[in-house]
Amino acid sequence: MIQKPSSMRENPILRGVTSITLGPILLFAWYVQWHGDYGPGGGFQAGVIFAAAIIAYALIYGLDRAQHFIPPKAAEIGVMSGWLLYIGTGVLNMLLGANFLDYDVLASDPLHGQHYGILAVELGVGITVAAVMIVLFYAFAGRRHR
Amino acid sequence: MLLVLSVALLRIRDLFTVAMLTGIYSLVIACFFMLQDAVDVAFTEAAVGAGITTVLFLTTLSMVGREEAPISRINLPALACVAACGALLLYASQDMPAWGDPQAPVHQHVAPRYITESAAEVGPPNIVTSVLASYRSYDTMGEVGVVFTAAIGVLLLLGNGARRREDNEDDAEDQP
Repeated sequence: MIQKPSSMRENPILRGVTSITLGPILLFAWYVQWHGDYGPGGGFQAGVIFAAAIIAYALIYGLDRAQHFIPPKAAEIGVMSGWLLYIGTGVLNMLLGANFLDYDVLASDPLHGQHYGILAVELGVGITVAAVMIVLFYAFAGRRHR
Repeated sequence: MLLVLSVALLRIRDLFTVAMLTGIYSLVIACFFMLQDAVDVAFTEAAVGAGITTVLFLTTLSMVGREEAPISRINLPALACVAACGALLLYASQDMPAWGDPQAPVHQHVAPRYITESAAEVGPPNIVTSVLASYRSYDTMGEVGVVFTAAIGVLLLLGNGARRREDNEDDAEDQP
Protein backbone atom coordinates (compact mmCIF):
# COMPACT_ATOMS: atom_id res chain seq x y z
CA MET A 1 0.00 0.00 0.00
CA ILE A 2 2.78 2.41 0.87
CA GLN A 3 4.99 1.17 -1.97
CA LYS A 4 2.84 2.70 -4.69
CA PRO A 5 2.81 6.38 -3.65
CA SER A 6 6.55 6.36 -2.98
CA SER A 7 7.29 4.95 -6.44
CA MET A 8 4.92 7.61 -7.86
CA ARG A 9 6.90 10.26 -6.02
CA GLU A 10 10.19 9.06 -7.47
CA ASN A 11 8.83 9.09 -11.04
CA PRO A 12 10.98 11.76 -12.75
CA ILE A 13 8.27 12.62 -15.30
CA LEU A 14 5.68 13.31 -12.61
CA ARG A 15 8.16 15.32 -10.53
CA GLY A 16 9.27 17.34 -13.56
CA VAL A 17 5.76 18.06 -14.84
CA THR A 18 4.60 19.06 -11.35
CA SER A 19 7.51 21.41 -10.77
CA ILE A 20 6.97 23.05 -14.18
CA THR A 21 3.19 23.41 -13.97
CA LEU A 22 2.90 24.37 -10.30
CA GLY A 23 3.84 28.02 -10.80
CA PRO A 24 1.51 28.60 -13.78
CA ILE A 25 -1.37 26.92 -11.89
CA LEU A 26 -0.89 29.22 -8.89
CA LEU A 27 -0.60 32.23 -11.18
CA PHE A 28 -3.75 31.14 -13.02
CA ALA A 29 -5.62 30.89 -9.71
CA TRP A 30 -4.52 34.45 -8.94
CA TYR A 31 -5.68 35.60 -12.39
CA VAL A 32 -9.07 33.87 -12.06
CA GLN A 33 -9.49 35.44 -8.62
CA TRP A 34 -8.93 39.06 -9.69
CA HIS A 35 -10.20 38.87 -13.25
CA GLY A 36 -13.51 37.19 -12.33
CA ASP A 37 -15.55 40.34 -13.00
CA TYR A 38 -14.20 40.72 -16.55
CA GLY A 39 -14.03 37.08 -17.64
CA PRO A 40 -15.20 33.71 -16.42
CA GLY A 41 -14.14 32.81 -12.92
CA GLY A 42 -14.28 34.20 -9.42
CA GLY A 43 -13.65 33.21 -5.85
CA PHE A 44 -14.96 29.64 -5.98
CA GLN A 45 -12.99 28.75 -9.09
CA ALA A 46 -9.80 30.48 -7.96
CA GLY A 47 -10.03 28.79 -4.57
CA VAL A 48 -10.28 25.28 -5.96
CA ILE A 49 -7.54 25.89 -8.54
CA PHE A 50 -5.19 27.14 -5.80
CA ALA A 51 -6.07 24.19 -3.58
CA ALA A 52 -5.57 21.77 -6.49
CA ALA A 53 -2.03 23.11 -6.95
CA ILE A 54 -1.24 22.62 -3.25
CA ILE A 55 -2.72 19.11 -3.30
CA ALA A 56 -0.69 18.19 -6.41
CA TYR A 57 2.42 19.43 -4.61
CA ALA A 58 1.55 17.35 -1.55
CA LEU A 59 0.95 14.25 -3.69
CA ILE A 60 4.32 14.43 -5.41
CA TYR A 61 6.61 16.02 -2.81
CA GLY A 62 4.96 14.67 0.33
CA LEU A 63 2.49 15.97 2.88
CA ASP A 64 5.17 17.34 5.19
CA ARG A 65 6.62 19.73 2.63
CA ALA A 66 3.13 20.94 1.67
CA GLN A 67 2.34 21.50 5.35
CA HIS A 68 5.59 23.39 5.69
CA PHE A 69 4.42 25.67 2.86
CA ILE A 70 0.85 26.06 4.19
CA PRO A 71 0.66 24.94 7.84
CA PRO A 72 -2.62 23.25 8.88
CA LYS A 73 -3.12 26.04 11.42
CA ALA A 74 -2.94 28.67 8.65
CA ALA A 75 -5.47 26.74 6.55
CA GLU A 76 -7.85 26.56 9.51
CA ILE A 77 -7.51 30.30 10.08
CA GLY A 78 -8.18 30.81 6.35
CA VAL A 79 -11.41 28.82 6.60
CA MET A 80 -12.73 31.31 9.15
CA SER A 81 -11.19 34.55 7.90
CA GLY A 82 -12.58 34.21 4.37
CA TRP A 83 -16.15 34.00 5.57
CA LEU A 84 -15.52 36.76 8.13
CA LEU A 85 -14.18 38.98 5.31
CA TYR A 86 -17.40 38.33 3.38
CA ILE A 87 -19.67 39.12 6.33
CA GLY A 88 -17.40 41.98 7.39
CA THR A 89 -17.88 43.64 4.00
CA GLY A 90 -21.63 43.47 4.58
CA VAL A 91 -21.31 44.87 8.09
CA LEU A 92 -19.08 47.68 6.80
CA ASN A 93 -21.87 48.65 4.41
CA MET A 94 -24.30 48.76 7.33
CA LEU A 95 -21.89 50.98 9.29
CA LEU A 96 -21.72 53.31 6.28
CA GLY A 97 -25.50 53.61 6.30
CA ALA A 98 -26.61 51.20 3.56
CA ASN A 99 -28.23 47.78 3.67
CA PHE A 100 -26.26 44.63 4.50
CA LEU A 101 -24.16 43.65 1.43
CA ASP A 102 -25.27 46.74 -0.53
CA TYR A 103 -21.90 47.92 -1.87
CA ASP A 104 -22.98 51.26 -3.35
CA VAL A 105 -21.62 53.24 -0.39
CA LEU A 106 -18.08 51.79 -0.43
CA ALA A 107 -16.90 54.57 -2.80
CA SER A 108 -18.20 57.97 -3.87
CA ASP A 109 -19.43 56.46 -7.13
CA PRO A 110 -21.92 53.56 -6.70
CA LEU A 111 -20.37 51.60 -9.59
CA HIS A 112 -16.92 51.81 -8.00
CA GLY A 113 -18.45 50.86 -4.68
CA GLN A 114 -20.00 47.78 -6.28
CA HIS A 115 -16.62 46.91 -7.82
CA TYR A 116 -14.76 47.15 -4.49
CA GLY A 117 -17.50 45.20 -2.73
CA ILE A 118 -17.45 42.41 -5.31
CA LEU A 119 -13.65 42.16 -5.17
CA ALA A 120 -13.78 41.95 -1.36
CA VAL A 121 -16.45 39.26 -1.14
CA GLU A 122 -14.86 37.28 -3.99
CA LEU A 123 -11.57 37.36 -2.10
CA GLY A 124 -13.41 36.12 0.98
CA VAL A 125 -14.98 33.29 -1.03
CA GLY A 126 -11.61 32.40 -2.57
CA ILE A 127 -9.79 32.27 0.79
CA THR A 128 -12.48 30.12 2.41
CA VAL A 129 -12.83 27.69 -0.52
CA ALA A 130 -9.08 27.22 -0.95
CA ALA A 131 -8.56 26.78 2.80
CA VAL A 132 -11.47 24.33 3.11
CA MET A 133 -10.17 22.17 0.25
CA ILE A 134 -6.68 22.13 1.77
CA VAL A 135 -8.06 21.35 5.24
CA LEU A 136 -10.12 18.47 3.81
CA PHE A 137 -7.08 17.05 2.05
CA TYR A 138 -4.87 17.41 5.13
CA ALA A 139 -7.52 15.70 7.25
CA PHE A 140 -7.84 12.76 4.84
CA ALA A 141 -4.14 12.41 4.04
CA GLY A 142 -3.06 12.98 7.66
CA ARG A 143 -4.95 9.88 8.80
CA ARG A 144 -2.81 7.68 6.56
CA HIS A 145 0.24 8.44 8.71
CA ARG A 146 -1.23 6.55 11.65
CA MET B 1 -21.39 8.88 -23.47
CA LEU B 2 -22.70 9.75 -20.00
CA LEU B 3 -25.01 6.73 -20.14
CA VAL B 4 -22.14 4.39 -21.01
CA LEU B 5 -20.07 5.83 -18.14
CA SER B 6 -22.96 5.48 -15.68
CA VAL B 7 -23.54 1.82 -16.59
CA ALA B 8 -19.81 1.14 -16.33
CA LEU B 9 -19.76 2.82 -12.90
CA LEU B 10 -22.58 0.54 -11.73
CA ARG B 11 -21.04 -2.68 -13.06
CA ILE B 12 -17.38 -2.31 -12.09
CA ARG B 13 -16.41 -3.72 -8.68
CA ASP B 14 -12.85 -2.38 -8.61
CA LEU B 15 -13.13 0.88 -6.68
CA PHE B 16 -9.90 2.34 -8.10
CA THR B 17 -11.39 2.14 -11.60
CA VAL B 18 -14.66 3.57 -10.28
CA ALA B 19 -12.84 6.58 -8.78
CA MET B 20 -11.08 7.21 -12.08
CA LEU B 21 -14.34 6.85 -14.02
CA THR B 22 -16.13 9.39 -11.78
CA GLY B 23 -13.30 11.79 -12.60
CA ILE B 24 -13.80 11.18 -16.32
CA TYR B 25 -17.56 11.59 -15.85
CA SER B 26 -16.96 15.02 -14.26
CA LEU B 27 -14.67 16.00 -17.13
CA VAL B 28 -17.33 15.03 -19.70
CA ILE B 29 -19.94 17.02 -17.73
CA ALA B 30 -17.52 19.98 -17.70
CA CYS B 31 -17.23 19.79 -21.51
CA PHE B 32 -21.04 19.65 -21.67
CA PHE B 33 -21.31 22.83 -19.54
CA MET B 34 -18.69 24.41 -21.77
CA LEU B 35 -20.78 23.65 -24.88
CA GLN B 36 -23.71 25.39 -23.18
CA ASP B 37 -21.53 28.50 -22.62
CA ALA B 38 -21.65 28.03 -18.84
CA VAL B 39 -17.90 28.56 -18.51
CA ASP B 40 -17.98 29.44 -14.80
CA VAL B 41 -19.72 26.17 -13.93
CA ALA B 42 -17.47 24.17 -16.25
CA PHE B 43 -14.44 25.62 -14.47
CA THR B 44 -15.68 24.54 -11.07
CA GLU B 45 -16.76 21.09 -12.24
CA ALA B 46 -13.39 20.40 -13.86
CA ALA B 47 -11.41 21.51 -10.80
CA VAL B 48 -13.61 20.07 -8.03
CA GLY B 49 -15.26 17.08 -9.69
CA ALA B 50 -12.45 15.82 -11.87
CA GLY B 51 -9.54 16.98 -9.69
CA ILE B 52 -9.96 17.30 -5.95
CA THR B 53 -12.82 14.81 -5.47
CA THR B 54 -10.87 12.12 -7.31
CA VAL B 55 -7.83 12.74 -5.10
CA LEU B 56 -10.00 12.52 -1.96
CA PHE B 57 -11.53 9.25 -3.25
CA LEU B 58 -8.08 7.80 -3.90
CA THR B 59 -6.82 8.88 -0.47
CA THR B 60 -9.80 7.16 1.13
CA LEU B 61 -9.27 4.04 -0.99
CA SER B 62 -5.66 3.80 0.17
CA MET B 63 -7.07 3.49 3.71
CA VAL B 64 -10.03 1.16 3.15
CA GLY B 65 -8.85 -1.08 0.27
CA ARG B 66 -9.96 -1.09 -3.34
CA GLU B 67 -12.41 -4.01 -3.54
CA GLU B 68 -16.15 -3.42 -3.16
CA ALA B 69 -18.00 -5.96 -1.02
CA PRO B 70 -20.03 -8.27 -3.29
CA ILE B 71 -23.81 -7.74 -3.29
CA SER B 72 -25.47 -11.00 -2.32
CA ARG B 73 -29.08 -10.33 -3.45
CA ILE B 74 -31.27 -7.65 -4.97
CA ASN B 75 -33.14 -5.53 -2.40
CA LEU B 76 -36.68 -5.46 -3.85
CA PRO B 77 -38.18 -2.58 -1.77
CA ALA B 78 -35.18 -0.38 -2.61
CA LEU B 79 -35.51 -1.25 -6.30
CA ALA B 80 -39.22 -0.38 -6.24
CA CYS B 81 -38.51 2.93 -4.47
CA VAL B 82 -35.83 3.92 -6.99
CA ALA B 83 -38.02 2.91 -9.94
CA ALA B 84 -40.95 4.95 -8.57
CA CYS B 85 -38.75 8.05 -8.07
CA GLY B 86 -37.32 7.68 -11.57
CA ALA B 87 -40.81 7.34 -13.07
CA LEU B 88 -41.95 10.47 -11.20
CA LEU B 89 -38.97 12.44 -12.47
CA LEU B 90 -39.58 11.29 -16.05
CA TYR B 91 -43.27 12.24 -15.68
CA ALA B 92 -42.37 15.69 -14.28
CA SER B 93 -39.85 16.32 -17.05
CA GLN B 94 -42.72 16.23 -19.57
CA ASP B 95 -43.96 19.58 -18.18
CA MET B 96 -40.62 21.32 -18.48
CA PRO B 97 -40.23 23.96 -21.20
CA ALA B 98 -38.16 23.00 -24.23
CA TRP B 99 -34.40 23.49 -23.82
CA GLY B 100 -33.39 27.03 -24.84
CA ASP B 101 -37.00 28.26 -25.06
CA PRO B 102 -36.89 32.07 -24.53
CA GLN B 103 -40.49 32.04 -23.25
CA ALA B 104 -39.64 29.70 -20.36
CA PRO B 105 -40.62 31.18 -16.95
CA VAL B 106 -37.00 31.19 -15.75
CA HIS B 107 -36.08 33.60 -18.56
CA GLN B 108 -39.05 35.92 -17.88
CA HIS B 109 -38.69 36.76 -14.19
CA VAL B 110 -35.50 38.59 -13.16
CA ALA B 111 -33.14 37.50 -15.93
CA PRO B 112 -34.07 40.33 -18.37
CA ARG B 113 -33.24 42.91 -15.70
CA TYR B 114 -29.86 41.26 -15.00
CA ILE B 115 -29.03 41.30 -18.70
CA THR B 116 -30.19 44.84 -19.49
CA GLU B 117 -29.48 46.73 -16.26
CA SER B 118 -26.51 45.02 -14.56
CA ALA B 119 -23.92 47.05 -16.50
CA ALA B 120 -25.50 50.28 -15.19
CA GLU B 121 -26.35 49.04 -11.69
CA VAL B 122 -23.35 46.88 -10.80
CA GLY B 123 -20.74 47.31 -13.51
CA PRO B 124 -18.73 44.16 -14.26
CA PRO B 125 -18.99 42.87 -17.85
CA ASN B 126 -19.35 39.32 -16.50
CA ILE B 127 -23.04 39.18 -15.54
CA VAL B 128 -22.48 35.91 -13.69
CA THR B 129 -20.20 37.72 -11.26
CA SER B 130 -22.72 40.56 -10.85
CA VAL B 131 -25.52 38.14 -10.02
CA LEU B 132 -23.38 35.95 -7.78
CA ALA B 133 -21.62 38.64 -5.75
CA SER B 134 -24.07 41.54 -5.80
CA TYR B 135 -27.70 40.71 -6.68
CA ARG B 136 -27.54 37.36 -4.90
CA SER B 137 -24.81 38.01 -2.36
CA TYR B 138 -26.99 36.63 0.47
CA ASP B 139 -27.13 33.30 -1.39
CA THR B 140 -23.38 33.30 -1.90
CA MET B 141 -22.80 34.12 1.76
CA GLY B 142 -24.91 31.07 2.60
CA GLU B 143 -22.95 28.93 0.16
CA VAL B 144 -19.65 29.95 1.74
CA GLY B 145 -21.27 29.11 5.07
CA VAL B 146 -22.08 25.62 3.78
CA VAL B 147 -18.47 25.12 2.64
CA PHE B 148 -17.31 26.38 6.05
CA THR B 149 -19.65 23.95 7.84
CA ALA B 150 -18.35 21.07 5.71
CA ALA B 151 -14.78 21.82 6.79
CA ILE B 152 -15.81 22.04 10.45
CA GLY B 153 -17.63 18.70 10.14
CA VAL B 154 -14.64 16.94 8.59
CA LEU B 155 -12.29 18.44 11.19
CA LEU B 156 -14.54 17.21 14.00
CA LEU B 157 -14.82 13.71 12.51
CA LEU B 158 -11.30 13.12 11.22
CA GLY B 159 -9.22 15.69 13.07
CA ASN B 160 -6.48 17.75 11.52
CA GLY B 161 -3.55 15.64 10.28
CA ALA B 162 -0.75 17.40 12.14
CA ARG B 163 -2.46 17.62 15.51
CA ARG B 164 -3.31 13.91 15.38
CA ARG B 165 0.34 12.98 15.13
CA GLU B 166 1.21 15.23 18.09
CA ASP B 167 -1.54 13.49 20.07
CA ASN B 168 -0.07 10.11 19.22
CA GLU B 169 3.37 11.22 20.38
CA ASP B 170 1.86 12.45 23.65
CA ASP B 171 0.08 9.12 24.04
CA ALA B 172 3.33 7.26 23.36
CA GLU B 173 5.08 9.30 26.06
CA ASP B 174 2.26 8.63 28.52
CA GLN B 175 2.10 4.88 27.82
CA PRO B 176 5.49 3.61 29.04
